[in-house]
Amino acid sequence: MANTQSMCTSFLGELMTATHNFGTAPTRGTSAADTFKAALYLASATINASTTAYTSTGEVASANYSAGGVAITSANPPTSTNTSATAGTGYWTPSASIVYGSVGSPVTFASFDCVLVYNSTQSDKAVSVHTFTAQTVTSGTFTLTMPSNTTSTALLRLVTT
Amino acid sequence: MLVMTTKGEMDEALLEKKTGTIDNDNETINWVEYWLEDELVHRSVDMVLKKYTVSGLPVAASF
Repeated sequence: MANTQSMCTSFLGELMTATHNFGTAPTRGTSAADTFKAALYLASATINASTTAYTSTGEVASANYSAGGVAITSANPPTSTNTSATAGTGYWTPSASIVYGSVGSPVTFASFDCVLVYNSTQSDKAVSVHTFTAQTVTSGTFTLTMPSNTTSTALLRLVTT
Repeated sequence: MLVMTTKGEMDEALLEKKTGTIDNDNETINWVEYWLEDELVHRSVDMVLKKYTVSGLPVAASF
């Protein structure tokens, strides 16, 4: 046997469940999962790695779309998997598609190309930015179907190599 | 079938339907449009994300 330097793969998954806290905040008053939301942004907006929290600036606007977007369904907890003695992946994907509008309550969006995932329980703090080919919607619906929840395709992945 | 449009619900038979697909490494997009003469009155999009192209890379320090 030999020892191998690595970041523990279990830690990667535990980062996503706030098991570890190297700092002093936030104080979590419950073990329940936080509520995460997905907001859409116009192609003209500036949402990127520097974004620290949800903002209404540059967000799409429409009847039947509330500022802040929609809640994300998260029935599955984060997972972590070893890929070797030195590498692993912690990953998570929403358990259902993210849908804006419905047949009876359609939306109309000008050109948009970005969705911001953020934590509405923790002061709307930003999680991730996902861009895609710009689209418009006219009196219709927008459905964002999630990728497969695997080490190589999950929506959120923390990877050691 | 009735379709929700900018002019309210309309019979699909009165409209021209157009569909399309965009497929790239990041996503597959299926869209459907309904046109009333030269006017777009409905557009819906179904986007399937294939993978998230950016991921964090945590690294343990070497000594």
